[in-house]
Formats: sequence, C-alpha cells, structure tokens
Amino acid sequence: MINKIQLSDKTTNFLIALGKSSLALVTALFIGGVIISLGGYSFVEVYVSIFKGSLGTSRGLILTLATATPIMLTGLGFALGIKVGIVNTGLEGQLYAGAMIAALVGAYIPLPSGLHTAVALLAGGAAGGLIGALMSLFKIRFGAPEVITGIMLNSVVMFFTSYLSNVPLKPEGAAAAQTKEIFETARLTRIVPRSQLTTALFIAILMCILVYFMHKKTVWGYQMMVIGLNPRAADVAGINSSYMYTAALSLSGFMAGLAGSGLVLGIFRRFIEEVSSGLGFQGIPVSALAGHNPLGVIASALLFGALEAGSLIVNQSTAIPFEFVDVVQALVVVFVAAPAMITDPFKFVCMKIRKRRLTDAISEVPHEEGE
Amino acid sequence: MELIKMTGITKEYPGTVALKDVDFYLKKGEILSLLGENGAGKTTLMKILYGMEKQDKGEIYINGEQVSFSNPNDAIARGICMVHQHFMLVPAFTVTENVIAGIEPTKNKYFVDHKQAEDRVRELINRYNFNIDADAKIESLSVGEQQRVEILKALYRDASILILDEPSAVLTPNEVDELFVTLRKLQSQGTSIVIITHKLRETMSIADRAMVLRSGLLTHDSVDPSLSSVQELSELMVGRLIRLDNRQPSEKIGSVMFSVKDLVVKDDRGVERLKGISFDIREGEILGFAGVEGNGQTQILEAVTGLIQPESIEMTLNGEIITGDARAHIDCGIGHVPEDRSTMGLVGGMSIKSNFILGYHGYPDVCKNKLMRWKEIYAFGENCRENFQVKTPNIEAPVSSLSGGNQQKVVMARVLSREQKVLVAAHPTRGLDVGAMEYVHQQIFDFRDQGKAVLLISAELDEVVRLSDRLMVLFEGKIVAECDPTEFTKTELGLLMTGHSVETVRGMAS
Repeated sequence: MINKIQLSDKTTNFLIALGKSSLALVTALFIGGVIISLGGYSFVEVYVSIFKGSLGTSRGLILTLATATPIMLTGLGFALGIKVGIVNTGLEGQLYAGAMIAALVGAYIPLPSGLHTAVALLAGGAAGGLIGALMSLFKIRFGAPEVITGIMLNSVVMFFTSYLSNVPLKPEGAAAAQTKEIFETARLTRIVPRSQLTTALFIAILMCILVYFMHKKTVWGYQMMVIGLNPRAADVAGINSSYMYTAALSLSGFMAGLAGSGLVLGIFRRFIEEVSSGLGFQGIPVSALAGHNPLGVIASALLFGALEAGSLIVNQSTAIPFEFVDVVQALVVVFVAAPAMITDPFKFVCMKIRKRRLTDAISEVPHEEGE
Repeated sequence: MELIKMTGITKEYPGTVALKDVDFYLKKGEILSLLGENGAGKTTLMKILYGMEKQDKGEIYINGEQVSFSNPNDAIARGICMVHQHFMLVPAFTVTENVIAGIEPTKNKYFVDHKQAEDRVRELINRYNFNIDADAKIESLSVGEQQRVEILKALYRDASILILDEPSAVLTPNEVDELFVTLRKLQSQGTSIVIITHKLRETMSIADRAMVLRSGLLTHDSVDPSLSSVQELSELMVGRLIRLDNRQPSEKIGSVMFSVKDLVVKDDRGVERLKGISFDIREGEILGFAGVEGNGQTQILEAVTGLIQPESIEMTLNGEIITGDARAHIDCGIGHVPEDRSTMGLVGGMSIKSNFILGYHGYPDVCKNKLMRWKEIYAFGENCRENFQVKTPNIEAPVSSLSGGNQQKVVMARVLSREQKVLVAAHPTRGLDVGAMEYVHQQIFDFRDQGKAVLLISAELDEVVRLSDRLMVLFEGKIVAECDPTEFTKTELGLLMTGHSVETVRGMAS
C-alpha cells in the first residue's frame, strides 16, 4: 500500500518535471516561429527541415546521435556539480585537457588494441578530473568561488593546449594546429562507417546510468545530496564536505575529459585546436533541461543534438540562416531556466477561473443560509 | 456588531484539512489571542483574513459588509495589516525608508518627498511612544526595535486591525514587556489586535479574549484569560492535562562520565568567547547552562560536538580523551540536538526518511558496502515515526512539510534511537507548543534515567530550571555561578545572567 503511494509520488514528480520541460520546448518553438516569421521566412519550412535533418533521415539520425554524445557527457558533468551545489564553469577547459591527454596517450604510447583505447579514455578523463580537483582545492583551501576559477582555468588550459598543438607538438608539414595522429589501436570504433557516430555514445549513456545509480543508491550520493541542499547540516552530521566537493568536481571534470577524449579518439584522431567550440558550456543547458537528473541528461542531450543537427541541414538545404535555429535553441534554455515564465501565465488563468468559481459560490451561499 | 466576522471558513491542503468550518470574530478595540498548538491552523486562518491564502469555503465580513481579498494589498486597503514572524526589512535602509517603501510620498510626481515622509513617520513614533530614531539604520536596531518598525509600517498604512504572528518568538523577556506596552497604547487609540501565539503567559497578560483552535477546529471562541490559569489554558489548547511545572530530579547520579577542562574558544577576530571553562557531567545527570544568548553557549556546543577546534580543550568521555572532527564526536556516542533545527539539524528538501539517518548514514544498519539500504532505512524510519509520534501520513514526504514540533521529533528520534552516551541538547523546545514541549522534556528525562549524561543549553529559564539537576550560569564566556536549580529564584538567576556576582545576589536576598 505504502509502496504504491511512494511510486505514484515519484511518478507525479517525474511527470511534472517532464511536463515543464516539454512546455518549455513547445513555447520556445512557438516564439521561435514568430521570430522566424518576422524575419520573413517560413517557420514551417524551418521546422520541417530541422525535423528531416535530425530525425527524418538515417543520415540526420546519425548526426543527431553523434552531436548528442559530447554534450551528454558535459551535461552529466554539470549535473554532478549541481548535486553538491557547485556550478562547474570549467567544463570547457576540462574537455580540452582530456582531449589533449587522450591524443598524447593515443599517439605516443603504443599499446595493444582495445587496451590502448581504454587507457587513452581513462587518461583523458583523469586529466579533466584533475582540473576539477584543482578547482575544488582552490575552493576549500582559499575560498575561491568555483565559477571564477572555472572560467580562468578554461583560459589556461585552452591557450596552453593551443600552444602545444601550434608549436612543440605540431607534426612537420601540417597546415593547421594539431598533434600527431593517434595509433589505430587507440581509435574508438565508428558505429556507422565514415560517420561521426562512435561507441563514445554508449560510454556516455553508461556514464549517465552509473551516475544516476551513484546518486540514488550509494552513501556518496546521499552525502552529496545533503551537502547540496544544506551544507551546514552536512557539517553537523559529520560529513566531510571538502572530500565530497573534491569527489564531485573530480567526477564532473572526468566526464568533460571523457567527452574530449571521445572526440579525439573517435572523430578527429588527433588533437585539433577546434576540438570543442563551447561543448563544455553546452552542458549547462543540457543539464538544466534535464532538471539536473543524470538519466534526464540522456534525453535532453539527444534533443539538443537534434536541434544542432537540424540547424546544419537548414543551412544546407534552405536559404534560411541557421542562426534562426540558434535562436530557438537559446529560447529553449531561457524557458527552462525561467520556468515561471511559462507556468505563471497558466497560474494566472487558473486563478481567474478559480476566482470566478468563488464569486459564484459566494453569491450562492447566502440563499442557503439566509435567515 | 463585530468589526470582523469570518463564518464557516474551511481550507484544505492536499492530504490535510487545515481549517474546518471555523467561525471567527473580532470586536473593535480588543486584543484577541488566537491560541493553538503548532499546526492547529492559527496562521492559516489569519493568512486568509490577510488575503495571502484563499479559503475553500466561507465568508469574510468587515463591518457587516462581505469582502473577498485576492491579495494582501486588498486587505491593507481595508485597514488590515499583518506583522510576520520573520521581519521584512531592508537592513541598510533607515527606519523612515523602510516604513515608506512601496507607498513613498512624492513631489513633482517622480521624486520621493523625504521631508513629508520623515515628518509623518516622526509624528507616528511620537504618538505611540515608539522610542526609535526615524533616521537610524535598521541594522543598528535591536530585534525588539525592528519589530516596532514593522508595526510602524502597518500604522503608516492606516491599519486599524493588526495581526501579529508569534510576536514574542524572537524577543527577550524585556522586549516582550516593551511590546505589550506598545500594544496597550495602540489599543487605547482604537486599534484592534490579533496575536497568534502558543505561549500562554502572554495570552494571560495581554489578551482581552482568547480563541482556541485545535487541529483546524475552533474549540473555544470566547475564553477570558483573566479567569483562567496556565493549566486550564494549556488543557483547552492540547485537549488533555499538561504538566510543565513539575521538576523530576535525578534519583541516581553516578560517577563523572563526561568532562571538559580549560575550554578556550576564540572567534574569527581573535576575541575570546570562552575564557577557559571547565565542567563535569555525571551519569544520570542533566547539566543545564543558563545565560543570555551570545555569552558563549554556541561556542560550548560547537566545541563539544567537534564543529570547531578550540584554542584549548581537554574533553574526556568515560575517561577516554575525545579529539577530532564532528564525525569522530558522533561516533563516540555524543548525540547532538543542534541549536537551530532548520539550518543545522535537518535538510528541508530531503525526505523525512532520509533525515532520520542523517549523521548516521555510514552505520552498518543503514549502509553496506557503500550502498544505502533503502529498504531497511524505510523500516527504521517507520519505527522512528511510531516510537516518537511524528505526525505525518508518509515518511517519503519532505521534512519541511512537517510542523516545527514534528521536525524536532525527527531530530530527537534520530539521536535517541541510537546508542548514545551523552546528549547535547540546545534549545530543544524552541518554537514548540506545550504538548510537544512536554513530550521532548520527557524524552530527555528518560534518556537521563538510563544513567546517561545530558548537557542542556536553553534560552528559556523555565526550561533550564525544570530539566536540570545542576545549573551553571554563563556570562561573557565564563561560568559565574554553579548551583542547584532551585537555589535561586528566577529574578535572582536573571541578575546572575546579566553579570551580578553570587555575593551581591545573595546579599540582596538576605
């Protein structure tokens, strides 16, 4: 009996969250449509080609899944931070660190096939995790706000890796900034030949499930929840917050590092300067749309992947500037970040209805009780 | 005719009926005490009158005219103002700026007319003898003065009906007296006042009439406080006999169990907040600390629970030295009921079930191989709920959905359902009604009677005197007196707490 109530409670909460996110999406599509129309284009055409480009064709579907892979990991990284109340703005840098280390392990340390990929992935993840741990150290030892240190470390890592790929590690004769190509043994398998869809997708999904499990079932997850909701109570309860902050930020950075490694080992086969253009930061809206729930991150990364893939097709097949798709994407984020913007108008309508009912009720009652 | 009449007010929240068919009335110029336990529906009823909540059923009349408020502004327009338990003031603003915020008088349409505002505020302060400086910053005022600013805000908005939600919860006894003087003054000028409270002494000393709510039902609508005793009022409120005046001294005090020596604590600025205090607690003994808040109580608590590392301390439990962090102290068997349950004791957004294990989440019955044993935790939580009478339909609900008394029961249950050697209890009944208070007191007595040691800190003198087997008075980081709780009268204890020496106090008595 009690178990039933429990379940239905959880289900309703889940449905509410899902409803909110869907509502945000619909509202964003609607307003995006208005803006596209104002721009003199047909929003029907845009939405149809987004759909075709992302889900309607097998090529689109592959692109969607491929685009979703790295932001699933960075989104998961962001959610890991939020669980303990930390905004990890350093995901971008952590991704670069992971990409560089994975490229180095892949290109310079010969290992047997399979093992090589695993080692390179882990090393890349660890590199990102290390940057995360550094942020935590700055926070707990010196009280430096992680939002600032994250942004600053982004610059440090991105410019340093840029230097490495431009000067000391650049292969002779290469035109663009890059490192030596990785050994074939280190490659991630492509699920579909000659596409960008690699087994990194499975790794990303697996990570989301593992983190969900950790949050729900382990004592670490419990402690993280307490810290995130009430840090003072965590101290009183004898929870070592410094340790848990470090654990959460390391794991968060690990996911971003893994995202970078996946791109290098699966798609580019070397470190390139443009390995990510904001994929780390894209983790923020991905996680937000999912309500910072690790399983939700899977779905929300797929949605963002679809929009991204769709925008490429819009650009190729129509005359409409793909920036319009960016507008829609940004609107989704805005409406997710400010749920009151969509729920309040609804509340307002509900209130009006309730008010009318009340005034009706009030005008009825005196007749019943009239003396 | 009544100034305000509310008839048949019913309000339901999902799962609970907050108010059921309640009739309320208020006469012009009277002070009414709305009495009831935590969660009886007092605040909900007044929020409905103030337009913050909407009733499901029932009507409201002012001077016989039916009204319907959709928000507090509607209520304010009819002269009804509510002063909340937690003040809503801007600390960096002056009294005047706070009072006029929202309805600033203007000149030339866009500019605030400071002159006019100040004159009006000064005039109000003088008329009601509020004794505050209109130019003072809020942050420089005492809590009692801040409360007067809140009342001033209401008066500035021409309130003729004032609702005060637990006005004395944050005040010292002296400030409470001052508040009552203020309220009498307002009454003499024709203001009608409703005080929401569960404190009986207050009701008796200020109210003309008391209405009693119990579990959402109006049980008595016209009690004359001057004709009732505390005993009778608490019986009306809780529905059964409550005894809070009897002491239960320990029958068996053993050898020293918990000992603290040379405790020195400095704060961030290097000021000594505890100047080398020492105390022992024996088996089966409750040691109480009395003192005005801010004289080192917090530091004692933080030191003996491992939350801070003092400059110096030598703490032993059954002869063994205790050092380390909060974790180590919990593991030694020092149970902690923290000062503030909502910020320190509980995680509001987390389920009741999860709060039952907070601090003990690594223990083998809760967690095995780093995995939470949620099934066992659920069973444990159900047990706690039953043994400690936590009123909730579902322990999966967030703990913040419980009333204050039930939240405190969760904290007590967490600590007392495990093997503890020492109980460190700070303000264990703060904000609780008499029923819950009696319950918590009994729990503490029972714990002591198992031959355990209790360290009690409370701002309520009545509570310290009732519970303690031995009493220490704390003043400016030092223990200025150690005595049997009945050795001094409350007035004398009050003098000791404010820095008078034992000799002076004894001299005055004889």
